Amino acid sequence: MSGTPHIDMLRSPLGRARGLGSARLGSHHWWVQRLTALALVPLTLWFIFSVIHLSGASHQDVIDWLSAPLTLGLMLALIVATFHHLQLGAQVVIEDYVHDERFKIAAVLAVKGLCLLLALVCIVSVLKIGL
Amino acid sequence: MKDVRDALMIARNSEGKLVRRPLSPHVQIYRWPVSMALSILHRITGCALGVGTLLLTWWLVSAASADEVFDRAQWFMGSAIGLLLLFGWSAALIFHFFNGIRHLVWDAGVGFDAPHYNTSGWAVIIATAAGTVLVWVIGLVVW
Repeated sequence: MSGTPHIDMLRSPLGRARGLGSARLGSHHWWVQRLTALALVPLTLWFIFSVIHLSGASHQDVIDWLSAPLTLGLMLALIVATFHHLQLGAQVVIEDYVHDERFKIAAVLAVKGLCLLLALVCIVSVLKIGL
Repeated sequence: MKDVRDALMIARNSEGKLVRRPLSPHVQIYRWPVSMALSILHRITGCALGVGTLLLTWWLVSAASADEVFDRAQWFMGSAIGLLLLFGWSAALIFHFFNGIRHLVWDAGVGFDAPHYNTSGWAVIIATAAGTVLVWVIGLVVW
């Protein structure tokens, strides 16, 4: 890119697409990100109100709150939607800013793995309290 | 190897000399319109909220553990550092919430033109400030 400007080899759009092309998963990724965002609108509102309601609560208060089936169900939905939305969003950010192919793939996999692990830990904790 | 996009950056000037085409102004010298600032802030708050899920996980894990483990977590959340983290987390969440709704409205094909996205941008800023203050006033009164 530096030095005296010169024209060397051209690569056609087709050649470029064959080498590094889309996996045709982009629109599904985009759609699921919107769906989880939509689900998170009411879930986040509910969660903020719940946290306010629980400020200063004792351990037993929290256990009683989570033991209600409706709370447990909403909490599980919140956890799944949050971590799914997070890993989709983080993937886009990494793909936009990390240009080294090896680091990019490693970072995307690490973030997705971590999101999955945290989601599982949250789900197990919530079920342990609520069931 | 150059692809078409790179090759198109090279052109001949009026004297027939090969030159690199000039680029548009870089973000550092560009006057940021409100939408540009909110766009990058949406990403930044998204990443911050991602880190904040560690706080949520810790709180849920501690709630599933013994009383003293939960009390330690609650004590941390009520400490100066804990309250600062919670304040930052709530502000980021409320901003991402309102700006996310703005994005969803755009995706529905509404309000995606200059006067509207500037107005909605300022509306998001005002809603975030008001929402964060409201949440903390109510939260501290209940507490």
